Amino acid sequence: MPSFVINEKCDGCKAQDRTACQYICPNDLMVLDREKNKAYNRAVDMCWECYSCVKICPTQAIEIRGYADFMPLGGVVQPLRSTDSIMWSVRFRNRAVKRFKFPIRTSPEGSIEPDAGFETGTDDLKGPGLRTEPDSLGTSLFTR
Amino acid sequence: MNADSFETVVVETDLLILGGGMAACGAAYEASHWAKKHNQRVTLVDKAAMERSGAVAMGLSAINLYLGLKDGRNSVDDYVQYVKNDLMGIARDDLVANIARHVDSSVHLFEKWGLPIWKDEDGRYVNEGRWQIMIHGEAYKNIVSEAAKMALKELGEHGSYYERIFITEPVMVDDRCVGAVGFSVRENKFYLFKAKAVLDTMGGAVHIFRPRSVGEGLGRSWYPPFNSGASAYFTLKAGAEMTCQEVRFVPVRFKDSYGPVGAWFLLFKSKATNAKGEDYMETRAAELENWAPYGTARPTPANLRNYLMLKEIEEGNGPIYMRTDEAIREMVAQIPDEKEARRKMKELESEAWEDFLDMTVSQALNWASHNIMPEETPSEISACEPYFISSHSGASGAWISGPEDLAPDAHFWGYGNMTTVKGLFAAGDASGASSHKFSSGSFTEGRIAAKAAVAFCVDHPDPVHVSGEQVAALKEQVLKPLRIFDAHKDYSNDQEVNPHYIKPKMFMFRLQKIMDEYAGGASVGFRTSGALLEKGLEYLQYMKEDAEKLAAGDLNELMRCWENTHRLWQAESHIRTIRFREETRWPGYYFRTDHPAMKAEWEAFANCRWDPASGEWKMIKREIL
Repeated sequence: MPSFVINEKCDGCKAQDRTACQYICPNDLMVLDREKNKAYNRAVDMCWECYSCVKICPTQAIEIRGYADFMPLGGVVQPLRSTDSIMWSVRFRNRAVKRFKFPIRTSPEGSIEPDAGFETGTDDLKGPGLRTEPDSLGTSLFTR
Repeated sequence: MNADSFETVVVETDLLILGGGMAACGAAYEASHWAKKHNQRVTLVDKAAMERSGAVAMGLSAINLYLGLKDGRNSVDDYVQYVKNDLMGIARDDLVANIARHVDSSVHLFEKWGLPIWKDEDGRYVNEGRWQIMIHGEAYKNIVSEAAKMALKELGEHGSYYERIFITEPVMVDDRCVGAVGFSVRENKFYLFKAKAVLDTMGGAVHIFRPRSVGEGLGRSWYPPFNSGASAYFTLKAGAEMTCQEVRFVPVRFKDSYGPVGAWFLLFKSKATNAKGEDYMETRAAELENWAPYGTARPTPANLRNYLMLKEIEEGNGPIYMRTDEAIREMVAQIPDEKEARRKMKELESEAWEDFLDMTVSQALNWASHNIMPEETPSEISACEPYFISSHSGASGAWISGPEDLAPDAHFWGYGNMTTVKGLFAAGDASGASSHKFSSGSFTEGRIAAKAAVAFCVDHPDPVHVSGEQVAALKEQVLKPLRIFDAHKDYSNDQEVNPHYIKPKMFMFRLQKIMDEYAGGASVGFRTSGALLEKGLEYLQYMKEDAEKLAAGDLNELMRCWENTHRLWQAESHIRTIRFREETRWPGYYFRTDHPAMKAEWEAFANCRWDPASGEWKMIKREIL
C-alpha cells in the first residue's frame, strides 16, 4: 500500500502545530482525516516509498508495506532516526533480521553557517567566481 | 470547491527561484550573497517542503560528480570528454565545463555543513568510480536545504521562501518573463509572483511513459513521481528554445524497485550477465563498433550498455542478473586471513545495504521480501521506463547561454544560464545539453545561474508591471479545472465517469499509453518509427483539446491536473524532436526502426521552440561547437 498508518499509534499530531507526515510528504499524499483524527495516504499508487513520513512521524505510527504488485508479503524495513544517525531494522519474509546503523550528519541541526568558514572571495558580479571561491575550491578557478 | 473563493496574493521580488530541489537550493545559497551586496530581493517557491523535496528527497549514497581538482585527480577537460562520449557526441562543452570547474567547491561546502563523506586512512574521499564519491547521505537534502534557508535568512526581509505553492504558468510581458503564477495546495489562494528575473529549477519529468508497474508500484519510478515536467512546460510556454528533447534517459536498475547499480558495478566490481552466466559486455563487444567512435571509447556509454542488455532480452536470454554473490566472493577471497576476511564480509554487507537504505529503501524491502542476501543470491536488473532528466545520462532542457569566458560567441547572449527568453534562467533538469550534473552539479548550476540572474536584476532596475486584466485571465486559466468540475459534477451518478470532463489520473494514463505504444516505451522495447510518431502526435492533439476539460474536485486534484498538462507538453516536444532527428544515436534509449544507424549529418543538436504568438512549433538544427 506503500505507506500506511497504524490506527492505534496515530494521534493526528494533536500536540503539534501541524501534522508531521502531511508537512513532509514530497508528493502531498498524507492527509489528516479530521473526523477520525488519523492521517492516511490518499493515493498509495503515487507513493515513492521515500520513507519521509515514516522517519518524521513522532509516534512511529507509519510503516511501509511493499508494493503488492511485485513484493511478496512479510518483508519489513523500519528506521529509527535521530539527529546524527539512523538505525534500520530489516526483517525478511523468512523472519531473519538484520540491523544497520549509519551516520547521517556531523553537525547539529540548525547550526549551518552558509560560508562554512571559507573566505567569500570576489566582489565581481559579472565574473565567473562564485561565493566562497576560490577558497572553497582549494585551487584557482579554471578558465580558458 | 468554489473558484470564486480564491484570494489573489501578490508577491513582489527581484529574483524568483522556482523549485526547491538541489538546483534551487544552490540558487538560493548563491543568490543571497550577491543580492545582499546589491540590495536585491530573493524569493524561492517550492511545491513541497524543502527539507524533503526534489529528487534527493530520500537521500543518496554517493555524490556522482566530484573532480578532485585541488589534488589533481582529474581535469575539467577530462570530464567534458567523458560526458560528451557518454551522450554520443551531443553536449555543450561550455556548459559541462562550467559546472565541472565549480562543483568541487559545492562538495566541500556540503562536507563543512555536516554531510558525512566516506574517507580512507589518509583522510581522502573514498571514490566509488572515477567521478563518484561515497557518502552517508540519508540527510543530504535536509542539510542542503538548511544551508539554503540560512542563506536566505541573511537577507532579512529581502529573503523568503514559500512551500506548498504549485507553479503553473510563466508571466510574460512582451518578450520578457517577469514572474510566475500558481496556487497554494493547502488553502484557497492564487499566487502572482512578480520578479525582474525568474530562475526555473523545477526538475525533470516522470510518468510521461507508462511505467512497467501499473498497480501500487506505479509510484515506484526511478526518478520521483512528483517531478512532473513543470520545468519544460514553463520554458516552452514562455517561448524559450529547447534542446535535446529527444534525449530521454532509460536507467538500468535492480528490477522493479529500481535500486541503484552504481556501487555494484563501480565499487564492488560486479558483473551483469544473462541467465546463462555470459557477460554480454564481452560477448557482444563487436556490436559496439557499429556505434564508433563513441561505442569503442571507454567507458562504454550508458545507452549502449543498455542496448547490449536489451539485445539479450530480445533473444530470450533473460533474466539478466547482477552477480552480487560472485562480486562479494571475489572481494573476500583476496583476503587470506580468515578473521580479516570475515570482518571484510561484514563491512561489505553493511555497505551493500546502506547503498539502498540511503536512497532507495524500497529495494532493501524488495530484498527482504524475497529473502535475498546479496552475498548468496544474484539479483535481477532491468531497464526502467524513460525519464526526462538532464542531470543524469539524459539531456533534455532549455537552450541556455554559456559563461562568457568559456562559451563560443554563438553560445553566449549576455547572461550565463539565461534561456533565449529575456529574464528567464534555467538550471538543473531545466537546462539541457549539459548532462551528468547529478546532485552536486545541479546545486552548482543553480549557483551559477542565480549569480547571473542577480546581475540581470541589477541591470534591469525598473519595476515590473503586470496588468490587472492579465492577472485575472491567468487566474481564470489556473482555476479552470475547478470550474469545469463544479459545472458538471452533478450530471452523472459517478464523479469519475462523466462525459463533460476528464479527471487527471485517467488523463495521465492516456498520455502514458500513447507514449509507450507510439513513442518507443518499455513495452515495445523502446522502438519507434516516423509513422508511429506521426500517429502518436495525432493522438496527442486530441489530448491537447481535452486538456481544456480537465476537472478537479479539490486542491490536490487541481495540482494533478496541472502536472499532467505539464507532462503533455514535455511529451509533445519529445515526439516532435525524435521525429525531427532522422537517425538512431542512442539505441539503448530509443531505436528508430526506419533510421537504424547513426548519421554524420546528425552530429548536431536538435532544438525546438513553440511560438507563443502563432502557437506553431519550429524545429531547429544547431551545430556542435
